[in-house]
Amino acid sequence: MSRQANRGTESKKMSSELFTLTYGALVTQLCKDYENDEDVNKQLDKMGYNIGVRLIEDFLARSNVGRCHDFRETADVIAKVAFKMYLGITPSITNWSPAGDEFSLILENNPLVDFVELPDNHSSLIYSNLLCGVLRGALEMIRKLRHTADT
Amino acid sequence: MRAEENGRCITKLENMGFRVGQGLIERFTKDTARFKDELDIMKFICKDFWTTVFKKQIDNLRTNHQGIYVLQDNKFRLLTQMSAGKQYLEHASKYLAFTCGLIRGGLSNLGIKSIVTAEVSSMPACKFQVMIQKL
Repeated sequence: MSRQANRGTESKKMSSELFTLTYGALVTQLCKDYENDEDVNKQLDKMGYNIGVRLIEDFLARSNVGRCHDFRETADVIAKVAFKMYLGITPSITNWSPAGDEFSLILENNPLVDFVELPDNHSSLIYSNLLCGVLRGALEMIRKLRHTADT
Repeated sequence: MRAEENGRCITKLENMGFRVGQGLIERFTKDTARFKDELDIMKFICKDFWTTVFKKQIDNLRTNHQGIYVLQDNKFRLLTQMSAGKQYLEHASKYLAFTCGLIRGGLSNLGIKSIVTAEVSSMPACKFQVMIQKL
């Protein structure tokens, strides 16, 4: 019985390592393909965008979250529901702009960067830029939908 | 041109899989006992490794006992979301390349040099062929 339980958490840990390793291999390959960090950042953002526009459907289907009434609620849902669901972490929300249309998400234990060390010659590489793209893609889709519904 | 680019893509994907496979197998086997022989290693790949990565085991393992193994997965997780007819058959190889590298990388860090190829005859079933290279 205890062996089963051990297997459960072990396989979960292994799944996240597969994820981390695969992401690392992806970024490494991109760095080889494109000569500069700026291009790699752009590619990561683009890939993330493509993931985000589909991920949002999966998220809405699985999470049963209703419509968000304002941006603050959106921020909450992103940090507490979405990130928890897909990456198992809950980033903290800080740095709200005075107009309330900008905020920062701080990821304490980003699973993407486990065991990762950036060498000095890649100082302008935004390693987790894929996540930015995902958020951009996902939010663009909901904004689009809301716009259509209103008109 | 298209075919050449496709080939390059597949090589890149396979290489990525190789790196990941090496890393994974290292983490995965650090606490397990030594493997008795080559067949033991292949069974490990088919059961524990496949379950960790794809949440299921390989459905069928065949070998000629002379260094060639065929791993059959009747419901390969990366192909199940695609239409089961002939429509995307030609694109399936891109989705298999990473996994071929995964197997090759895993075996490599267990001291086995190999060549891994895959074929899909009918989605979502596929076969991975492992050819052990004797050094």
